[in-house]
Amino acid sequence: MAQVNQEISTEKSQTVLSSSKSVTLRISRSNPEIGTEEKFDEFVVPYEKYSTVLDAILSVKSHLDHSVGVRYSCRQASCGSCGMKINGKPKLACFTKIVELDSNVITIEPMDNFPVVRDLVVNFTRMFNNHKKIMPYVVSNDSEITPGTNVKEMLQTPEDVEKYIQFSSCIKCGLCNSACPTMAMDTSFVGPQALAQAYRYIADTRDHGKKNRLKIIDESHGIWRCHFAGSCSQVCPKGVDPAMGIQLLRSYLLGLRD
Amino acid sequence: MEKESKAKEGIKGWINPAKYGKFGIERFAWILMRITGLGLLAYFIGHIIETGNILSGEGAWNEMLAMTQTTEGHVFLALVIGMCVFHTGNGIRLMLGQMGYGIGKPARPDYPYKPQSLNMKGKACIYATIGVAALAMWYGIAVMFG
Amino acid sequence: MMIMRESIVMKIHYGTAIGAVFLVAIHIMMRMTQDFHESLEYENVIANYEMIGYAILLELILVLISVHGFNGLRVILLEMKQGPSYEKGVTYGCIASMIALVAYGSNTIIQAHLGMV
Repeated sequence: MAQVNQEISTEKSQTVLSSSKSVTLRISRSNPEIGTEEKFDEFVVPYEKYSTVLDAILSVKSHLDHSVGVRYSCRQASCGSCGMKINGKPKLACFTKIVELDSNVITIEPMDNFPVVRDLVVNFTRMFNNHKKIMPYVVSNDSEITPGTNVKEMLQTPEDVEKYIQFSSCIKCGLCNSACPTMAMDTSFVGPQALAQAYRYIADTRDHGKKNRLKIIDESHGIWRCHFAGSCSQVCPKGVDPAMGIQLLRSYLLGLRD
Repeated sequence: MEKESKAKEGIKGWINPAKYGKFGIERFAWILMRITGLGLLAYFIGHIIETGNILSGEGAWNEMLAMTQTTEGHVFLALVIGMCVFHTGNGIRLMLGQMGYGIGKPARPDYPYKPQSLNMKGKACIYATIGVAALAMWYGIAVMFG
Repeated sequence: MMIMRESIVMKIHYGTAIGAVFLVAIHIMMRMTQDFHESLEYENVIANYEMIGYAILLELILVLISVHGFNGLRVILLEMKQGPSYEKGVTYGCIASMIALVAYGSNTIIQAHLGMV
């Protein structure tokens, strides 16, 4: 049952309010380690027109309830730490302004399809393992620079870079994996993040690992379990468009590209 | 230790209607593709069994027709027509997308980071497919009910 | 245990889809060569089965749609639950169902074509 938590914490201090606007945050609370079931705590916090959901959560932590578990770092959509489900849709808390949600009550839950550590913090082990599985590095036959040979830099034209630069913007926030309907049921699916990164490296002209990567994803829980629902691209905060990468990757396996 | 049950959203990730408002028409097309696929498979199995009655002679065939050529049977068949047209049309859209057509070209992303693959062409195809399926159902009903 | 690579299976899935679209369109248009209700009468149906071209068309539709449909079912079932024995069971179950349906349908087509009704 939701609890309205309006008590000031033991420090008994609060920032002077400059705004008369306030919003109710319904934050999911759970601690699987000690077996507590999920419940929602409600907090009323003030906000400005530029306030983000992360600002509101940190305001709760500072003044109302220190114990809210949240992962965050850069506060500028660069690190991918603060992914969570905000009003039912996976978003970065630091990149979501309260005013754009257009709601008096904001429900904040941990991302779907990730094991919960505590409250809003989830475990990324599966996603990182899937990412490592697709060999997320440039595989090059000329990685050693031998003196006396012509091998220097690995040159690329601007056109070559344009082919993959979009997919290199991935910050591993996990929002795509959270939104993906296949990941909702299939725990063996590699996920849109890993598949988009597989395309990033295959499309890179410096890379020679295409054959091995294609073999890795060509399995019953690999690329073929993507059905172009597009939810991954809908939620990606960096414009990576994993759905595009996955469809382009598929054309390699269908024999339409070399 | 993390709760394993939270490691996947489960069937709610497929059937929760709230998702379809938040994630766009492509997600709706995905679930409709599944539903129509299963529906068509069930119809196909029934159709093979039902047409097998031809081997039992004219009496058995007419009995089968009496059961299926009813108002309910015609409405059901109209639904099948709609499912078939949607599944075909959306399937063609998906196959073209998976071959790389109509999903845009990779480019340096810029704010507001609108995904190219979820463009108006694809959305228009989905709406057009739904429209054509509805038209086909209407035509089927017109033929079956004379 | 993989019977064949998933990319081959999916190429078959897409190939059967494209083939089935054309053949089912022809099958439906055959119903339009006569009045709909007339086309379902016993003698007319038997006459269709006795045409070798139409019998081959039906057989092809049967095979293509069985393969496409049961592979689609296999994909959905594999996404719903994972595990080595479950996945093996689903794969072999779908293949067996596919074979059974093709066998049942082929029996109808062959017997009707040969006039063994």
